Amino acid sequence: MRREVPLVIVFICGAFMALQYFVPHNISAVIYQNALNWTIIIGIFTLAVGIGSLVNLHYDKISRRKEKWPYSLVTIGALVFMTVLGLSSPEAVQDPRGLFMKMYFYVLSPVQATMFSLLAFFIASAAYRAFRAKTVLATLLLASAVIVMLGRIPVGDALTAWMPEGTRISDLARYILDYPNTAAKRAIYIGVGLGVAATSLKIILGVERTWLGGGK
Amino acid sequence: MIQPGKKIPMFAIVTLLSVLSAYIAQAQPPHSHMTFVDPDSVFVFKYSSLAPQPGPPENLAAADSPNDAGGAISISWSKAPGDNTIFNSVDGYLLYRSASLDDGFSFLTRLPAGSTGYSDSDPDLKNGENFYYQVAALYGRDTLYAETAGPAVPGAQLFHTKRILVLLFMALFSGTALYLINLAKRGGTLYVRPIPGIDAVDDAIGRATEMGRPILFVPGLGEASRVATIAAFTILARVAKKVAEYQTRIIVPNYDPVVMTICQEVVKEAYSSAGRPDDYDPKDVYFVTQDQFPYTASVNGTMLREKPATNFYMGMFYAESLVLAETGFVSGSVQIAGTDQLIQIPFFVAACDYTLMGEELYAASAYLSQEPQQLGTLKAQDWGKIMAITLMLIGSIVYLFDSGAGEALKNWVIGG
Repeated sequence: MRREVPLVIVFICGAFMALQYFVPHNISAVIYQNALNWTIIIGIFTLAVGIGSLVNLHYDKISRRKEKWPYSLVTIGALVFMTVLGLSSPEAVQDPRGLFMKMYFYVLSPVQATMFSLLAFFIASAAYRAFRAKTVLATLLLASAVIVMLGRIPVGDALTAWMPEGTRISDLARYILDYPNTAAKRAIYIGVGLGVAATSLKIILGVERTWLGGGK
Repeated sequence: MIQPGKKIPMFAIVTLLSVLSAYIAQAQPPHSHMTFVDPDSVFVFKYSSLAPQPGPPENLAAADSPNDAGGAISISWSKAPGDNTIFNSVDGYLLYRSASLDDGFSFLTRLPAGSTGYSDSDPDLKNGENFYYQVAALYGRDTLYAETAGPAVPGAQLFHTKRILVLLFMALFSGTALYLINLAKRGGTLYVRPIPGIDAVDDAIGRATEMGRPILFVPGLGEASRVATIAAFTILARVAKKVAEYQTRIIVPNYDPVVMTICQEVVKEAYSSAGRPDDYDPKDVYFVTQDQFPYTASVNGTMLREKPATNFYMGMFYAESLVLAETGFVSGSVQIAGTDQLIQIPFFVAACDYTLMGEELYAASAYLSQEPQQLGTLKAQDWGKIMAITLMLIGSIVYLFDSGAGEALKNWVIGG
């Protein structure tokens, strides 16, 4: 029963969700919307489970004085501090002049922006490795990348201004993006679409059951 | 994925389709379907003696809007005389509505010249009630009314007629999958081409065991309802079972609490099925945060502190993909990634040792399990691809011979 009941629920809900796409009637839309609302409600409840896990993990690190445990102390402290601040008044999470929102705008946002900005350096280092022309395919990748990069900036056309229109580097870049690149992207999209359909079918039919917490 | 004995010349098909697409696009003169009128180069005969006599719009019709939940009526009419780019006689159209022919019509909206239809979805429209419409053409100060149309009765439909092709494709795909699952159950042999990223899983876990380092499994930033995340669960189950058998440690930091709960169950069950339930540590499958970059920072910190021998990135990833993969590269881990997020695939290809691209992520669970039922659905995916390629070839050929027929076919396929 522990396995059969979830499988039956998944079959009914999965089949309904697949069929409701073809039924424009209001009843179908209402049930669909209610199902989405339930997903959100369940998600909110599980947040408590998540916070429990977080506290448990860091409490364990602090109590056992594991490596770099002071960071765990900062995490727990920040969690408690922001929760108390947010619950201190009904306007706390909306008032832009309040301490809660100031912590958000002047501490969290800059920290997030710093992490995001690291991406530029990581792109440079990854591109350096990817563009090393060790094989024929890697050389093709390098050549395409040079054409596309030059073709997207004004200096590219300035360098090839002497060439007839339609054969300049920006035209080549556009061709690469519009044809080989789009063809490859669409191939992946079609594969993903079929993969999603096949996986959904496996779950609805109960062929795939690992989400239940077991292989069989 | 699966080759029925002989290798399919995929490169040839892709090349053929690319050449056909390029030829079709270049055969069309730019903006061939549009007519440009330069206002400085044509005469405008507004109210001139050559203009047709003003008259009301004709062929007014009102009917329930198709394929909706009701509460909408589509109204259409033919343009009034002189409503064109040459004469520009008409200033606009006025639309009126009434619930009864005996009551007066109330003004609904004003539409610009050139309009030939309107979809009325006013909240006052109740399903099952009668509504009448009247349209008038504006010629300066003159208003010429058309005949009344109606009654039109808004109503909900039970089937979306423009999605019939999707339904047919879905039925065909599901039927093929069921047939192949049954075939596989009866002992039919199904060949699956090797996927290097999945073949490397066992070696990667073995490497972690030899080095005495843990394995890091990142299930992405997707919610549990996303199919890519569900595919990540299935891969996690196989990886965790191997990890339990090899008596290695697996760390699973989570972005979503629902995903965390499922991952805990999956890993716990994997340890049990490997006969080592006591080795499972629930603290190794934990929740971090639901903020993208704080989550990334935490996972990066784990990589640099724990120095995992192997990193798995499976599921949905966004801008953090390269930050994670580059940090993993710096910490010297073997990295296997799998995502259906098209934009992130190049980043993983550049930074990881193996990448499961798009459908390979979904194929992984079937490939790892080698269960006949799972392989049956994998084979169905191949048949789906054959159907898609056939449709594309038919569309390209029709387009080459008759662009009008090609457009009609495209609109039918996309339900336009």
